[in-house]
Amino acid sequence: MQAEATARHSDLSEDDNRALISVFSAYTATATLWLLFATGVGLLIAFKFGAPEFGGGAWLTFGRLRPIHTNATFYGFASIALVGLGYYVAARSCGTKLYSAALAWTGLVLFNVAALAGTVALDLGYIDGDLEYREWPWWIRLIFLAALVVTAGNLIGTVARRTNTDIYLSNWYIIGGTIWASIISVVAILPWYQFGLGQVAVSGFYMHNAVGMWFTPLALGVIYYSLPKLLNRPIYSYALGVFAFWTNLLFYPIIGAHHFEFSPLPWWLQTIAIVFSVAMLVPVWGGSSNFLLTMRGRIRDLIHSYPLMFIFVGVMSYLIGSTQGTLEAFRSLQQVWHLTDFTVGHSHLTMYGIIAFAIWGGIYGLLPLATGKKASQLGMALHFWMALVGCFIYVTSLSIGGTIQGLDWMHGLPFIQSVIDMQSYYVGRGVGGLLMFASHIVFGWNVWRMCYGRSAVESPLQSLRAEEAVA
Amino acid sequence: MNKLLLIVGGSTLVYAALAWTMGVWPGIALSKIPAGPGVEPLTALQSEGREVYVANGCSYCHTQQVRPLDADKVFGRPSAPGDFTYQTPELLGSERTGPDLTNIGARQPSSVWQYIHLYNPRAVVPASIMPSFNWMFEVVAQAGAGATPIPLPQSYAPARGVVVPSHQAEALIAYLASLKQPALPASEAPNGNAAANAGEAPAAAKAAANAAPAGGYDAAKGAAVYTANCSACHQANGEGLPGAFPSLKGDAVVNKDDATKHIEVVLNGLHDARVSGVVYSSVMPPFSGTLTDAEIADLIDYERSSWGNHGAPITAAQVGAERAKAK
Repeated sequence: MQAEATARHSDLSEDDNRALISVFSAYTATATLWLLFATGVGLLIAFKFGAPEFGGGAWLTFGRLRPIHTNATFYGFASIALVGLGYYVAARSCGTKLYSAALAWTGLVLFNVAALAGTVALDLGYIDGDLEYREWPWWIRLIFLAALVVTAGNLIGTVARRTNTDIYLSNWYIIGGTIWASIISVVAILPWYQFGLGQVAVSGFYMHNAVGMWFTPLALGVIYYSLPKLLNRPIYSYALGVFAFWTNLLFYPIIGAHHFEFSPLPWWLQTIAIVFSVAMLVPVWGGSSNFLLTMRGRIRDLIHSYPLMFIFVGVMSYLIGSTQGTLEAFRSLQQVWHLTDFTVGHSHLTMYGIIAFAIWGGIYGLLPLATGKKASQLGMALHFWMALVGCFIYVTSLSIGGTIQGLDWMHGLPFIQSVIDMQSYYVGRGVGGLLMFASHIVFGWNVWRMCYGRSAVESPLQSLRAEEAVA
Repeated sequence: MNKLLLIVGGSTLVYAALAWTMGVWPGIALSKIPAGPGVEPLTALQSEGREVYVANGCSYCHTQQVRPLDADKVFGRPSAPGDFTYQTPELLGSERTGPDLTNIGARQPSSVWQYIHLYNPRAVVPASIMPSFNWMFEVVAQAGAGATPIPLPQSYAPARGVVVPSHQAEALIAYLASLKQPALPASEAPNGNAAANAGEAPAAAKAAANAAPAGGYDAAKGAAVYTANCSACHQANGEGLPGAFPSLKGDAVVNKDDATKHIEVVLNGLHDARVSGVVYSSVMPPFSGTLTDAEIADLIDYERSSWGNHGAPITAAQVGAERAKAK
């Protein structure tokens, strides 16, 4: 597999290489801007839990900013960053150029137009319903769908240009993710089966699949490429990766209804969702043990490399966060945690712990290889530690607070007691969020240095050859 | 076989099949559920209010789904599939930073309270962290014909002029008032077993609560029932809000030794009440359906012994007798 992970670049012309690098850089740069915006909004709304009058008026009201925060994080930051990484990984692992750089640029414009239009629409109160992660008006979601289709076609075209017969694992996940995301977007947009409780069923399906069949596979694809590359050692088991791919595809789409346990959705639908939430342990443990076994015995390399540390945190969050998700699905635990802030803690452990850390590991690991420019060690250290500590404080606060909230309700206390009991945990969340946001500012500076800063090596191709020599 | 074809074609087919089975097909089937008995479509003003509710993301903090669990009993009966027929986009929500609103029209029927609360929630619930929606109101020198100014407590009222709701605030409050759960026929328990089990548990708890020995009252319980059900209007200090909700502190009914009227008001609610010469337009909901005799006795005793009140204490048996009389 190593042969594929570090394919030949010698048949690449300087122009093709430059095109790939500028696509990768541009995706990363715009994603970074979205990250700063989305988490800035997140920080503002975190403060509102302690100071509800802070930022008044229609445009800054919590209910409008909340979907702006989630959608900008999902579709601005994470989607754009992962697609940028996906292009780089697909082209490099296949030892070829992009199928079409023009299509990649078209996709980038479409992604950004959708995210921008969606943000403005939500702030003005144009919303298709408080339907998590598909709040944008449908025609804006069509723009996003167009971006996905363009991306899927371009990625497939790129992988089709490979000279090997085999297809490296990363590409399975990256291509799969873009196709599944396209299908699920269509399911979310079509209106004919979305009335009343029917729409609830679609919401359960959508909100979970949008996360686990889009961000997770792309993040895993990035890890499957970056980890062997950075450790300079093949992935532990190719077969295990393929096994995790198919089991994830079979089990994950079934578990969406666990977001509506005890709701009027048919009981069997909820029960099947719980059963398959347990089945999800198979691909999750399969995938994470594959990564951890690839890292085995290389702790020294790990702690000396921030890209690897980011990936390590991503893998551990994948293991812990997804296992937590399985436990949360049990009815006995849903009774305590459902509808509390515990869920918000879980979604940050997963979207931030898994996805964002995998993205950062990928960017710090691969962007310097592409551009030949590096971020400073101090910059990466500041980003890593603030993000990690911030996320830890955030998730711990909401997990403890959410549990107390749920127990308050179970004990029949007046509802307002659960609001009062949460106050100190909301402060904890704000502190964690502040650290996370601060780390993103440092990340922005690091990205600037990796894309447009002073070159450590004269020519990108030179750095590539150096990289090959190591491989 | 070409591997790319396997990955692209295979995963597309598998995923499309699963998306159909777990998303589209349940969507088709559940979209056809007929409305339950008593479930009506909204009026034009109410659906306008629902749009205001959606546009401002109210359901990111307020659910509209009552689960068949003890913890949800305070919010109404468990939601049934037939409740949602006219609810598109759905507003079940995923978080309860604030209370569930499925039955808020019945639980808090006072539109005066809703307006004050919408203008600034802390004017009636000091610990609330809900945003103020004062931007849905206008400050005018004098309320026009047909418009009633909102009776805000002085510390929240503007220095000059009076506050009147905008059209969107009126629509929103009309929508909230429409949120009332119609009673379910006994045979139609939602979600099969779970609901049946959950339905039994509260009944048993109710019996146990009623069997609790009389003589002395549970002050902590009384205070908790008061906080959960009464303090939103009558406030924690029992003083109500001038012009909006009557004070219980020093009130004649609360301090009268014959508690019949006091029990009656809690059981059956009140509207257009004249208290100490002031007529209050806000509606007080009945609590006969939501509180047990023992809970009402604790609550009434709490009110009769707090804030300097000196009413004679009552027992659960007295509440039971009044309840029987009403039937």
